[in-house]
Amino acid sequence: MNMKNYVRFEFPSVPENVSFARSCVGAFATQLDCTLEEIEEIKLVISEAVSNSIIHGYENQPHGKVLVMATILDDRIMEIMIEDQGIGIADIKQAMEPSFSSEPGRMGLGFTFMKSFMDELEVVSQPGEGTNVKLKRCFSVKDKEALA
Amino acid sequence: MELELKQIRNMLLVRVKGEMDMLVAEKLRKEIDRKLETKKITNLVINLEKVTFIDSSGLGVIIGRYKKISSLSGKMYIVGASPSVRKILMFSGINKLISMYNNEQDIINI
Repeated sequence: MNMKNYVRFEFPSVPENVSFARSCVGAFATQLDCTLEEIEEIKLVISEAVSNSIIHGYENQPHGKVLVMATILDDRIMEIMIEDQGIGIADIKQAMEPSFSSEPGRMGLGFTFMKSFMDELEVVSQPGEGTNVKLKRCFSVKDKEALA
Repeated sequence: MELELKQIRNMLLVRVKGEMDMLVAEKLRKEIDRKLETKKITNLVINLEKVTFIDSSGLGVIIGRYKKISSLSGKMYIVGASPSVRKILMFSGINKLISMYNNEQDIINI
């Protein structure tokens, strides 16, 4: 499968950059043949993954770096990678359980949103070695094309 | 994010404008809690009409305020959520705990 286009950017782990990251990938996703609702879903999962890096990976400290890369593979497939060099996740299975959160007052829905709104989710992490989240979304064939 | 807090008798009306993510969650939580802790509030109404985006950080603020007002034997309501925000609220299951209405007038009429 050929890569058609990509965007790659890195930023410090400050909350102001969560909005920037989701808006940037959301704008990039408009190159795909997808609906506004689908773009909103992409923005949500970026927000969740980047927030996780800042809140959990870097424990709300601003010195960390978050890397985001979004790749368009063809007109219907987008791959997204969010990477940090934070404290990592000791138990990935537990972290992905709905309503689990290591932080009090949080809903623990981040990975649930990622799983629900994306077609594939892969998390690679070890304590002390950061976290790499890979997401893939295949957009459906639009009616106008199906009927053509 | 812009925030307007208005007390009408024992009701606290909170109008939020903008995006509800981790950047604004803490400020929102503190502002609402300060009122809940210092005033006699038994009804908390969050107006999301002008909220354009919400993620789990924003949802966390809502569910946290729900727990707080419930512990004070009060009730909480959400009004005016746009279809995209409503979708996330429903996905999270918050709608099973907190009644949702179309506008502020609906609350006054109940």
